[in-house]
Amino acid sequence: MSDQIQTLPKVTIHFAGDSGDGIQLAGSQFTNTTALAGNDLSTFPDFPAEIRAPMGTVAGVSGFQINFGSEAIETPGGRPDVLVAMNAAAYRKNIGSLKSGGVVVLDTAGFDKRNLKLAGYGPEESPLAQKPDHLQFYEIDVTKLNREALSDLDLGRKERDRSRNLFVLGFLYFLYHRPLQPTLDFLRDKFESQPVVWEANKRSLRAGHHYGDTIEALTRYRIEKAELPPGEYRNVTGNVALSLGLLAASVRSGRSLFYAGYPITPASDILHELSRHKNYGAQTFQAEDEIAAITAAIGASFGGQLAVTATSGPGMALKTEGLGLALMLELPLVVVNVQRGGPSTGLPTKTEQSDLQQALYGRNGESPLPVLAASSPADCFQTAFEAARIALEHMTPVILLSDGYLANGSEPWRFPSTEQLNPIQPPLAANAPHDKTPYRPYQRDERLVREWALPGQAGLEHRVGGLEKEVETGHVSYHPENHETMVRLRAQKVQKVAHDYPATQLVQGSKDDKLLIVGWGHTLGAIKVAVRRMREKGHPVAQLHLKHIWPPAQDLPALLQSFPQILVPELNDGQLIHLLRDRFLVAAQGLNKIQGRPFLADEIEDEALKMLSND
Amino acid sequence: MTETPPTTYKAKDFSSDQEVKWCPGCGDYSILSQMQKVLPELGIARENIVFVSGIGCSSRFPYYMNTYGMHSIHGRAPAVATGLKMANPDLSIWVITGDGDGLSIGGNHLAHLLRRNVDVNVLLFNNEIYGLTKGQYSPTSEQGKYTKSSPLGSLDHPFNPLSFALGSDASFVARTLDRDPTHLREVLQAAEQHRGTSFVEVYQNCNVFNDGAFQIFTDKKQKAAHTLSLLPGEPLVFDEGRKGLKINGLKPEIVDLAEGNSLNDLWIHDPEDPTKAYLLSRLFGEDEPRALGLIYQEERFTYEQAAQNQLEKAREVIGPPDLDSLLRGKHSWTVS
Repeated sequence: MSDQIQTLPKVTIHFAGDSGDGIQLAGSQFTNTTALAGNDLSTFPDFPAEIRAPMGTVAGVSGFQINFGSEAIETPGGRPDVLVAMNAAAYRKNIGSLKSGGVVVLDTAGFDKRNLKLAGYGPEESPLAQKPDHLQFYEIDVTKLNREALSDLDLGRKERDRSRNLFVLGFLYFLYHRPLQPTLDFLRDKFESQPVVWEANKRSLRAGHHYGDTIEALTRYRIEKAELPPGEYRNVTGNVALSLGLLAASVRSGRSLFYAGYPITPASDILHELSRHKNYGAQTFQAEDEIAAITAAIGASFGGQLAVTATSGPGMALKTEGLGLALMLELPLVVVNVQRGGPSTGLPTKTEQSDLQQALYGRNGESPLPVLAASSPADCFQTAFEAARIALEHMTPVILLSDGYLANGSEPWRFPSTEQLNPIQPPLAANAPHDKTPYRPYQRDERLVREWALPGQAGLEHRVGGLEKEVETGHVSYHPENHETMVRLRAQKVQKVAHDYPATQLVQGSKDDKLLIVGWGHTLGAIKVAVRRMREKGHPVAQLHLKHIWPPAQDLPALLQSFPQILVPELNDGQLIHLLRDRFLVAAQGLNKIQGRPFLADEIEDEALKMLSND
Repeated sequence: MTETPPTTYKAKDFSSDQEVKWCPGCGDYSILSQMQKVLPELGIARENIVFVSGIGCSSRFPYYMNTYGMHSIHGRAPAVATGLKMANPDLSIWVITGDGDGLSIGGNHLAHLLRRNVDVNVLLFNNEIYGLTKGQYSPTSEQGKYTKSSPLGSLDHPFNPLSFALGSDASFVARTLDRDPTHLREVLQAAEQHRGTSFVEVYQNCNVFNDGAFQIFTDKKQKAAHTLSLLPGEPLVFDEGRKGLKINGLKPEIVDLAEGNSLNDLWIHDPEDPTKAYLLSRLFGEDEPRALGLIYQEERFTYEQAAQNQLEKAREVIGPPDLDSLLRGKHSWTVS
């Protein structure tokens, strides 16, 4: 054993292979083990839209990136330090982005003639003979070694090859000093009922680990525990955190959850997650289409439940009329848009922030409603809880914006206890005495919120509908002044949601800085890294990140106007920036990227420094 | 939930304080009036009744009922009703729709409501025309109809609403008329008593844009020859006992009872036979009698009950809610 041990503050590993190679499983197991080892981390899976894209081709490459370390980790990392390539296509797609001095772990069996051709290499090209010399290579015949490890098991060749990903995972666990036990536990839970498959998976994982032990002159790495704030942690993806936020809101409001959805990438995992928790009285309804999903949710809301529907861009377009109805009825409803690249079907598995204006303005008539955005996978929990609170307490539909990056990405989450979550108090109507006065369903309290009277409550019988209503009585009214009054009442009701917000706080920096970077949604991490670096070098840069996009916080205008320069990075062609310029008359500048890929911190830093030097 | 003694209701207790604004002479008035008469007989507390509608003339119905109600958006009432019934299975829910709302813009939702068998009642007011938008042909209008939007005659082949419902696996299918109050009340009662989605097509005269569309089925002199009243276990006779229907293999055959055909040879109505129900729904031609009454009924589990059963089962298998353990998940660690 001639191992050298090197301690690193953080590492970014990119797993890549065919979409049938088990890349996502290897990535998520490495993540789970790393979280339990006490590192801070952030992950980002990147897979093709096709279930099994053509084998061996670049189009069929599935990727999973994890950034982990002993220091604070804000993003899944930019250029990786380590590339795991299960075949030539995975290598070809990713080799160019590796950091100088990086490490490549590859399965040589995936570089035979056929695979090279499928990956698009010419007959004379031999990538392994022309390796970049600044990289360190582990060329392992994983397929052969793995088959040998499983030779006495009653399995066909295909079944044997299926656990190649675990061989590689075992090797990485060796390189990075990770324990095997969490993955062994996972394999037991998953394959207990299929003893031979379970055995094969265990053996592959151990064989990969032993392989690391037997090869010589290997550098191993140690990544110390991160200094996270004290508390209890778990790892969580955005879609799971969002689902848990909805369930928590159901428990804390005493309203059963009704979730209606139509399968759509990348929102479907919310439906999958919630359908596992029916013991909470949570009903999940897989509707015939997006329109039925939102209108069934409206029906459930009329019936007194915490009604939620989730979708992605094209589905959101279909829900527009339903949103208008919920707004007109003034019933609570949470509509989640897990954004993806658009327009139309767009880029189903890639991330983008291009549905903000749709959320703010995409309805007929004057129809403002609260819009919130989650900023990290774990933050999806708090944002979902907050969206449900606003919907229930203010009797309004609320749009919650997530996106593909948050939905599938993961990070450690310091989860709250039940008591740390404030109770939610919807304005339920008291049972009425039996008298002759008809119930007035559109009477409002001081927050302009109407009561929630539920079918089944005697004496409160009333009719609601999409036609304009008379103030207080809710009767159909076409009266000109009444219409204007009602439009303004509905808008003011939404404005008053901002009275609940805490004071706006900068993420970094102070009002004395020169440049403010304003973000929303998943860009929080990349902007944080960029601003931290600039501040360490002494640049006067501050960071603000918006969770409540509509209505805006009341202290927001003064805060924005106190900065001479404002930069708004968005993964779109400029959407929040229009709102800021329009509402607050600030001369903000945009930084826009529309590639279905998140920002790199460098891109934000470069732009900010340019602005500071031009001043 | 508060219970009001239902026996004390009169028809006027179900009439809201809103002025009814259908055109004078509209068939909708009759349906509204029969509904208000039937409800006191059903023994359901008023607060447990909800009318849900889409868009169109018929869809104004909920505003005129002193119950809970929702005038929703075009075609989507079946989905609204599904969510509401799942939220509160104790409610008696009535979906009021029309031929345009239910079969054109909302055809998808109607089909799915029927196959799921949510325990709600659907009344499809069929006037074979678009009334609220002032007279365009509808999905049940006859081919070649001259309207504002079809000055050269409409091209569309019409829907047969009963065949549509049977094709969607509806568990209760019936047809009635606005002009026969007694029959209408009987069908409404049977619909409410059925567990599962009850689909009721109501022939409804639009005296402004499509007057007389169903005249041969309602006119005193003509109706006997053109309608077939269905009674379970009874032979299919019409035209005041002069004619009957035999079944020849899978082919209905109109026979003259005066010409030596016996009642014993006739088709006996069995509303539990889906094949024969379909054949009855296909009596759609000009020289065939139109079937009225209960065409088909079957007992099948209801969607909302199955959903409730899953909730109960989950509580048994997974255990009672425990938010703290749910948030902690399977793998957590402590940083101190």
